[in-house]
Amino acid sequence: MTKTAVNRTLESKLEQIGDSAQPVQTDDIAAVVEAVMQSLSGDVSLAEFRLYQELENLADYIQSAKREIAAIRPDDIRSRDIPMATDELDAVVDATAEATGAILDAAESLERVAASLEEQSGEEVRIIATRIYEACNFQDITGQRITKVVRTLKHIEGKVDALLTAFGELKTAAPATTAPEGAPPPGDDRSLLHGPQLPDEAKRQDEIDAIFANLK
Amino acid sequence: MAIDMNMNVLIVDDYKTMLRIIRNLLKQLGFENVDEATDGGTALMKLRDRNYGLVISDWNMEPMTGLQLLKEVRADNKLKQIPFVMITAESKTENVVAAKEAGVTNYIVKPFNAATLKQKLTAIYGNF
Repeated sequence: MTKTAVNRTLESKLEQIGDSAQPVQTDDIAAVVEAVMQSLSGDVSLAEFRLYQELENLADYIQSAKREIAAIRPDDIRSRDIPMATDELDAVVDATAEATGAILDAAESLERVAASLEEQSGEEVRIIATRIYEACNFQDITGQRITKVVRTLKHIEGKVDALLTAFGELKTAAPATTAPEGAPPPGDDRSLLHGPQLPDEAKRQDEIDAIFANLK
Repeated sequence: MAIDMNMNVLIVDDYKTMLRIIRNLLKQLGFENVDEATDGGTALMKLRDRNYGLVISDWNMEPMTGLQLLKEVRADNKLKQIPFVMITAESKTENVVAAKEAGVTNYIVKPFNAATLKQKLTAIYGNF
């Protein structure tokens, strides 16, 4: 390609980027860098040579960043890790709310019993019930803290989305079906440690009993 | 301000557990008529529909926050005299200042205990 043709390609690419409402793709940046480098072919001055080196370094840096981002599998973070983490946290809130409800049921029963006791004993039981009510404050605080964490995770999810958009398809990324980083290899006993299941996925005791009974 | 233990008290919180805790503590203090709302909009409708002598509200609610509810109450000529206590986990100075500027009567930070609740109500109504 002649220097004039390269300049036209470069101008056209820059106009295209300028007109686009979308964030600039790294591939576009690489194309511009390449076009600039081609425009510097032939006799080059020292200043042009330095510019050429800087641009080459920039192109290498972009490629390297793409490889590193692909290696952390951002698509997995967006499609699997963050939704799973938020589901788990939601389940924590639900479980603590349920447990707190049961504790409050018991405290209210204590108060009803207190009414049938002689004055001093009844008052002592009422004080115990009050302490239980006070202690149950934790559920609200816990819920609010977890909500903040979920909000932060959603924020990170948004940033990962933006990263994926900026870098386009990261084709070198491993498929989402692979085990998460740090997961024990298949066959290792630790791979059986899943932690508590979410309520919708958890088996009931009668289902467990049925499976157990069918095992030889 | 003398206290009427039979007055209607409205508690507002989007956590049902908290409503239950506050209701039980208020009953222990002798309040007989405790009503609930799980959001600011419902609370405002109830306030305009019935006479209440006290509002106890959380801050962190959606879509209407406790602070917005407080501002609505203070902007309404029929409601603006009702004592309004904020019970919230928001404990930054700027929150307390904003609530005070909006006309909150008292401010309780979560987690709280029965003694604090009684102390704040005593500050409004005198000993009971």
